[in-house]
Amino acid sequence: MDIDLAMVWAFIIVFAVFVYVIMDGFDLGIGILFPFFKVGHDRDTAMNSIAPVWDGNETWLVLGGGGLLAAFPLAYGVIFSGLYAPIIAMLLALVFRGVAFEFRWRDPAHRAAWDLAFTGGSFIAALSQGVVLGALLQGIKVSNRTYAGGWWDWLTLFSILTGVGVVIAYALLGATWLILKTEGGMQRQCVRLAWRLGAATLAAIIIVSIATPFLAGAYYERWFSYPNILFAGFVPLLVGVASLAFVRSMRAGRELAPFLLALFIFLLCFVGLAISIYPFVVPGAVTIWEAATHRSSQLFMLVGTVIIMPLILIYTGWSYWVFRGKVRAEGYHA
Amino acid sequence: MTELPNALLLARIQFAFTISFHFLFPAITIGLASYLAVLEGLWLKTGRAEYMDLFRYWIKIFALVFGMGVVSGIVMSYQFGTNWAAFADRAGPIIGPPMAYEVLTAFFLEAGFLGVMLFGMNRVGKGLHFMATLMVAIGTFISAFWILSVNSWMQTPAGYAMNAEGQFIPAGSWLHIIFNPSFPYRLVHTVSAAYLTTAFIVAGVGAWHLLRNRENGHSRIMFSMGMWMAAIVAPIQIGLGDLHGLNTLEHQPVKIMAMEGHYQSHPEGAPLILFGLPNAAENRVDYAIEIPKLSSLILKHDLNAPLAGLDTMPVENRPPVAIVFWAFRIMVGLGFLMAGIGMLSLYARVRGTLYTWKPLHRFALMMAPSGLLAVLAGWVTTEVGRQPWTVYGLMRTAESASPLAAPALAASLAAFVVVYFVVFGAGVLYILKLMAKPPQAHETAPPNIPVRSAGITPGPALKPDFIQHN
Repeated sequence: MDIDLAMVWAFIIVFAVFVYVIMDGFDLGIGILFPFFKVGHDRDTAMNSIAPVWDGNETWLVLGGGGLLAAFPLAYGVIFSGLYAPIIAMLLALVFRGVAFEFRWRDPAHRAAWDLAFTGGSFIAALSQGVVLGALLQGIKVSNRTYAGGWWDWLTLFSILTGVGVVIAYALLGATWLILKTEGGMQRQCVRLAWRLGAATLAAIIIVSIATPFLAGAYYERWFSYPNILFAGFVPLLVGVASLAFVRSMRAGRELAPFLLALFIFLLCFVGLAISIYPFVVPGAVTIWEAATHRSSQLFMLVGTVIIMPLILIYTGWSYWVFRGKVRAEGYHA
Repeated sequence: MTELPNALLLARIQFAFTISFHFLFPAITIGLASYLAVLEGLWLKTGRAEYMDLFRYWIKIFALVFGMGVVSGIVMSYQFGTNWAAFADRAGPIIGPPMAYEVLTAFFLEAGFLGVMLFGMNRVGKGLHFMATLMVAIGTFISAFWILSVNSWMQTPAGYAMNAEGQFIPAGSWLHIIFNPSFPYRLVHTVSAAYLTTAFIVAGVGAWHLLRNRENGHSRIMFSMGMWMAAIVAPIQIGLGDLHGLNTLEHQPVKIMAMEGHYQSHPEGAPLILFGLPNAAENRVDYAIEIPKLSSLILKHDLNAPLAGLDTMPVENRPPVAIVFWAFRIMVGLGFLMAGIGMLSLYARVRGTLYTWKPLHRFALMMAPSGLLAVLAGWVTTEVGRQPWTVYGLMRTAESASPLAAPALAASLAAFVVVYFVVFGAGVLYILKLMAKPPQAHETAPPNIPVRSAGITPGPALKPDFIQHN
């Protein structure tokens, strides 16, 4: 048997990160949009739409990080120590945001402060994730199995661009999620927000897509050389089709379709990233095979993952099903 | 201008700080999740409303503690990469899979069922809700299993080989790695500590309310349950600690030397140093109060057994003795106090004064945080005691750090300190506020839900109900 386990694990981790991005993406997006909602009923409804599921969503972030350590320990160390500042910023932001879910209800006198912590935490976490993505794409210096760059290498115009892009795109996910979960005036407000955010997301995707191939010769080569362009070309084409479908579904007043189409556009962006980066895990420095852990470790984890991952997906689905339907501000009574 | 401490020291302080904070939360949630399952089980079995009232009382506290545990835990899962990249690279093939298993088997289980447990009683029915509570409790236990396995492997590494890149790689069966020599001892000692921690918090809250109103039936149940745990589990815990100590003597003798303050070897029976001031410069314990031969008796079960001291170890392989020496004494002292109050409670039960004997209630109130303190002291004992190694005897802490500059670490450490004290300080205040409220009949649903309505109930109902109940 000669399965390329490094490839299998790369796929599993990309899957975990993708699930994280779309699941925590919409609840981070709700935090980013929080200031736009009226204090009281609207904010409470928005919070309640994610209260029972947010920490399950965030667990995928732990799986992404933990999985990277388990499957590609070299990459884990290099990436997280190389991108120290944005990673630490993200963690601290998630601390604020995570406790805001519990704290804001318990202390009406300081609710404004915890709402700010929720919004600020969500915004900085999203921005940091985008910056990490951009910094990763532009490359991390590695020598002798450790990070070899400077402390501000991550901060460039490009990484800020990807940071802002992720903030906007998460906000779009949040708005379309709320179209699904709310009704009446609040839903109309979310529709208005989704129109603007949809346009802004598309703009961000286009700008990042244009900038990326010029970061490194390898990316340009990957996208524009023949015959790659025949396959890679499908990605922007599908983004265009999905965008049109998004516009149609919004015009038709659909509730579920805009959210699903936004997720589909996220998926396409992910495929685009994979096309750019493959076969590197630290772009330009470490390939997935160089970073891969010992074969016995890969196999040991694979057994558990193959059995457990479907179960996780099933009961995650179940807990979403339990809380299906429109959320109302009276919340979920115990 | 004073110089910043070096990067390694800052990284160690940061890790110690963040993990100490984090460890307190699971220490509570492991015990509290089981307690909630017991309460809900008793309610289902007996139908007595008091149990459901208590379930609702404690689930509000559980939700807060769990939330803080989750967010501080996410920090931990990334810190191996940010602060200890060299360790992550070299030990990753061994410690990575168990940690991934922790996420897969424990965190998802907890997170998946927590929402249902907190918010779902009227959505899923009693049976499924009880199952969700059980799943959360089991999840906390599975989580302890994996993370303590990893920690134990770092203390007593087994089942590994080294490859050309200097990585520790699995050799042979994974069972040798997971069930490494110190793991069973560490697991039972730690889980038992978590149960005691919760028991003392529950009993302390019960005692506080009994001091105000000794007729409150809910407070009585809490106090009685907590005291049963103290009477039964605290003595067991002392025994488990002794077993763990013998295991440590076998595999990490230097740690025991530091715990006992044995700078010198004792060829003919070592004394037990009760108290004293470890003096690293002079290699002795000043002002020692000691009982002759007792250390040999405890550790070797023989009064005259020879015991090696730190003088047999090169200085660069010794842990900081004073910290380990004192942390160990704090833990053991608290353990004996816990067992002591457990015995007192048995005496009060026999006399029929469990709910009326105020000195006992005051004592229990004072002891409420004792579990948390003992857990921290025990953690310091075991973690500082294994220095200067991250992988015991094989990889030094100094070789494990990320190539970070001191200013970056100092800035992030300052940020952690500020954020943790603000956020978790607020959390502790909210928890104390919840605990200050006496448990009562018809305990409300968790207050973290706005009891308002979008047009179902008329205007006046818009008043959030937690204002009435907090």
